[in-house]
Order: sequence, then C-alpha cells, then structure tokens
Amino acid sequence: MRRGESSGETSVETSGQSWGEFISLSGRGGLRRVGEFVSRTAINLWSAAKFAVSLLTGRTVPPLFFKLAARNLFHDRLRFAATITGVVFSMVLVTVQMGLFVSFRTMVTTMIDHAGADLWIMPLGTKCFEDPALLDERERFRALSVPGVAEAAPVLVSFAQWHVPSGGTTPVLLIGSDRNELSLQPWNIVAGDPSDLATPDAIAIDRSYFERLGTTGLGDTVEIRDLRAKIRLVTEGIRSFTTTPFVFAPLDRARSYAGIAPNKATYLLVRLQAGADAQTVRTRLNQSLAKAEALTPDAFRNRSRSFWLFGTGAGAALFAGAFLGMIVGVIIVAQTLYASTKEFANEFATLRAIGSSRRYVYTVIVIQALMSAVVGFGIAAAIGMIIVKVTAHSALPVLIPAGLLAGLFFLTVAMCVFSAIAAIVHVMRTDPAMVFTR
Amino acid sequence: MSDPVVEASDVVKFLGQGAARVQALRGVSLSLNGGELVMLMGPSGSGKTTLLSVLGCMLSPSLGSVRVCGRSTAGLEPEQLTALRRDHIGFVFQSYHLFPTLTAMDNVRIALDVRGDYSRRVIERAKEALATVGLSHKRRSYPLELSSGEQQRVAIARAIIGDAAAILADEPTAALDSENGHAIMSILAGIARQGTRGVLVVTHDPRILPFADRIIHIEDGRIVRKNGNGGASAQP
Repeated sequence: MRRGESSGETSVETSGQSWGEFISLSGRGGLRRVGEFVSRTAINLWSAAKFAVSLLTGRTVPPLFFKLAARNLFHDRLRFAATITGVVFSMVLVTVQMGLFVSFRTMVTTMIDHAGADLWIMPLGTKCFEDPALLDERERFRALSVPGVAEAAPVLVSFAQWHVPSGGTTPVLLIGSDRNELSLQPWNIVAGDPSDLATPDAIAIDRSYFERLGTTGLGDTVEIRDLRAKIRLVTEGIRSFTTTPFVFAPLDRARSYAGIAPNKATYLLVRLQAGADAQTVRTRLNQSLAKAEALTPDAFRNRSRSFWLFGTGAGAALFAGAFLGMIVGVIIVAQTLYASTKEFANEFATLRAIGSSRRYVYTVIVIQALMSAVVGFGIAAAIGMIIVKVTAHSALPVLIPAGLLAGLFFLTVAMCVFSAIAAIVHVMRTDPAMVFTR
Repeated sequence: MSDPVVEASDVVKFLGQGAARVQALRGVSLSLNGGELVMLMGPSGSGKTTLLSVLGCMLSPSLGSVRVCGRSTAGLEPEQLTALRRDHIGFVFQSYHLFPTLTAMDNVRIALDVRGDYSRRVIERAKEALATVGLSHKRRSYPLELSSGEQQRVAIARAIIGDAAAILADEPTAALDSENGHAIMSILAGIARQGTRGVLVVTHDPRILPFADRIIHIEDGRIVRKNGNGGASAQP
C-alpha cells in the first residue's frame, strides 16, 4: 500500500516545518510564504494533536522512533549517566544564577514596593534607593505647593555605625520614617507591636541579622553612633542584597543616629490628591523642584534595577555564570549525542537504506536529546528546589518562581536540541550504501 | 512473469574523484521482472555492490538510466530517491542489519514505521510477514537471541512487509551454513513465485544457483554472460 492511500493511516512524516525554514522565509521577506508557513504549521500541529488522540485512544501504535531513541540513549548506561550529569550540572548552575538574579531583582526594589507612595522625590542624580544623597526641607514645601500633591512625607536613608557588644562597629542602613499613613514602615513583623516603633529610641531589625549585630532580639538595648536604641520590633525576610542590615527608626531619631541635620531627608514620599494624574503632577514637580526630581514608583524601580544589575556589573556576572553553565551543558550533551550517533551509525544507515526520510532519523536524535533534557531538568529542578529551601532564610535567598522554572525547562530543551546539531550533521553525511560494505 | 520492476539501461557509474576516480560500471543493462529470481554473480570488485546500490536508488548513475516500477530515477533529489526506495524496494543484507535494541516484531514493523504508518494493522502485517518466514514463535526475541539464519529471515520479513515490488539481496547466504542458506533461498524463491515481486540476489555461493531463474555474470563493471536456468526468462 502506498503512503496515505488509506484514510486510516496516520502520518506525521509530512508534518512539521523547521525554524530554519521559517527564518529563511522571513529573510526573503515573503509575507505570503510566512503566511503559508504559519498555516502549514497550524495544520501540522492539528495533525500532531489528532495523532496524539489516536495514540491515546489505541487506534494507532506508538512510533518506533520513540523506542529507538530510548534504547539508543539507555543502551550505554554510563554514557547516559554522564549526559544527565552534564545537563544537571549545567542547569543547576543556570538555575542558581537565574534564581539569584530574580532574588536580587526583587530585593533591589523591596523598599520601593512597600512604601505605597504615588511619587518619589529624591536628590537629582539618585541612582538607587540606597544612594545616601540628601534633600533640603525646602524641597518639601515646594512639593506641597504643587497642585495635585496632597502630602509629602520625608524619609531618611543613611548609613550609620552599629556598636557590636563584643566590640567594634558594623555599618547598618537606617530607614527613618514617622509612623503615619504615608511612611516607610517595617513589614513581616514577627515580634513586637508596630505602634511601639513610635517611641523615641525604638528600632526594628530583621531577625536574620541578630548574630551579625550581636543582639538577642526583642527588648535588647544597643548603641548606634553612641546613642542608645532599643529593639522594639523584629521582622522576618527584610534583607538587603548588599548584606548591610536595615534598621528602621523614627525619623528624628534616625537623623540623630546618622548625624544628619533635622531639616534633611533622603526622599519625600508623595501622596496625590484624589483624581490627580501622576504623570502630570510629576511633570509639575520636576519644573518646580530646584535640586530634586520626582519619579513614579515604576520609574524608580527601573532605575534602581538598572543601576544594581547592570551599572555595577552584578547582573552581567550572574548572566555570565548562567551562560557558562549553558555552554558546559551544550558541550557535554553534544559530545554524548555525537558519540551515540557514531556508535549507531550502522543503524542510522540501515534506516536510510530501508527508506526512512532524513526527518525520521533526525526525530530519533532529537528525541534522544529531549529525553536527556527532561530527565536532566527534572533532577536539576529538584536540586534547585532544595537550594531554594536551604537559602530561604539566608542573606541572599535563591528564588525560583513558576515562570522561571518554566523558562528554564524550555531553555534545557533548547540547549539539548541545539546539542543534537553535531549528531544530525554526522548522520547527514552517512551514506546509506555503507550497509552493503559492513 | 510480469513487467519489469527494475530496469537499468546503459548504466555507467564513476566512483571517487580526481586520481582516485574509477569507473565501477561500464554500460550495464538489465531488467528484473516480477515473479522471477535473478542471481548476479561476479568476482570481488566486479561492480556487483555498486550495481545493487544503483538499482536500489542509493546511488544515482553517472550515465544511463534506471527505472523503478516504470518511474525513471533521473533528476530525482536524494529524498525523492529515498521515497522511491521506501515504496518499491526491499533490501536483504549480508550482515542482516537488524536493530539490536528492537524485537524481531519491531525490526519487521520498522519498514512500515518509516513510511509513517502507525495504524494498528501494522502489528498484524508484521505477524504475517514473520509467519511467512517461519518465525511466528520468535517475534518477541531480540536479534542477539536469534541464530544467524533466523536473523536473516527477520531481515527478509522486513523486506517484504511493505509489499515492495523488488527485493534486492546482497549475499544473503554468505554468513550461513548450507542448511540455513538453503532455507533462506527457499523463502526468497517462494516470494518470487508469488508473481508480483522480483528478487535479485547478489551471490558468490554456487550452492544456491539452482534457485535462479536467470544468472547474470558481471566482471570489471560489465555484464559478460547471462544464463537462463530452468524456467528463466531469456532476456536479462
């Protein structure tokens, strides 16, 4: 019987167009051809879906390329273990680097996320939240005179020296803000009453810094710049990616701890009047302020991220680590697939001799790559989850949200499929006539 | 005897390039008809394997023409030649070339799998093909669990499952003892006797010559002699 003569015959041989073809078509600028490609792809996907349904309902048998790929892959268990080790090593490295990146990205803006301001006013040229430049109080009055501004609350962000009981000092980042509707107050409180922070010598710290700051926690009396302070609140998870502990305090007391004049602040948190447009008010503020500028929270987040992730090279270092991990993975998987393909050269030549299309042979190799990807990713993801748990309470926790996990899965698949290129090129050069001579 | 399933006319084939270039075939003409078993004999280096590769659409002739089931191979792209091979030609190799990681059943079924036929009836067809070669009881065995003769029978089952018009066999009995060689040739002769398929066997083995309808001798890339044998056709 010829192919396709029977309506009952299910064929995926003719299905699927390569991305290479797509790119080539796009390169020629043939919109019509791109349209054809898209429609063919849709038809092929529909055919694949129908095939999957017929497979699940038992109307068809599983194609043998799955079995061939699996047996080729598992035939040499030592080599398979080496492949999986390569994929796992590579993907754990990429996962940790990207998890750190996500964590870093989140921590960089954590204060901005929790302030609840409509606009932020800051000294001109401020690069990030931790930038310790100061505003004069006159900027606050200028801001309050701008139509649309309902309130402008000062916040101090400044480094100070914390006296460690065992001797010496350690730097801390003071967050000074008065407790009212518009302020920057600690969150995730695990000990103490938030209202206690209104008392003059009260401070709040995160419990992950107890050991570093030499304190036992709530109720402990400490010294900041030779001034007495009492821990009235304890938080959990408010950590700085710079590893410098945050210390929350009332505004005036924070100014004292930092040795900053009472008319100075780092930021003004702006609350808009009802119905006021943020961009309009921002423009007015920027026209009115002398040595300050106003940013929306989103703009301030982007500026902070841009500075820390790319201005300092930290993000580039994380990406470079991830990229190196991927290169290691590609090399190991490519080497293994190539060796496997060479070992089974006779089988591939036989496939070609008995009439299998190139696509059928490629499918066998790509399925081998996909199987390596799925197994390797599964183990790497499990290790990644353990790392997330272990680092959850550390200074720089690794975060792997679902989106990142999905992205890493597709990255693993892409990496393994890319690794199959060398093996595919080798098969392309295989002469089917060699079956007569071996 | 039916129409030719494979025909070669004045086929010339050069192999290699530059100083290493050799003329492997020098104007070979032959035809293989449905219902006959033809044997191709010749010394080593005479061009038998090259001719088999050309007739089997694995190599294109440098000059001359090849027709498979009436369709010329001239100008066909490699993938078109592959399709022609897949649809019309079955191969039996000296070294069997079975897939060691697949069972006998799957080794037979793969000839339909490469055609994209995944319907449930392929199981029945594979069983029938194995029954034809007398291996129904071995369908779950892996090649390493089969004797040489049984492996060659699996290879024959793989060649016939797709209803190929031509079976091209390369030294199918070379690695077998006399008894197994005889059994294999009986199966191939039986396939030819069914009338629709032609079987071309390349061989050095004089013990199997009685199975031939015709014998073609090739030397130095030329056909030097054609013999009828029993009910053989007079024309190659």
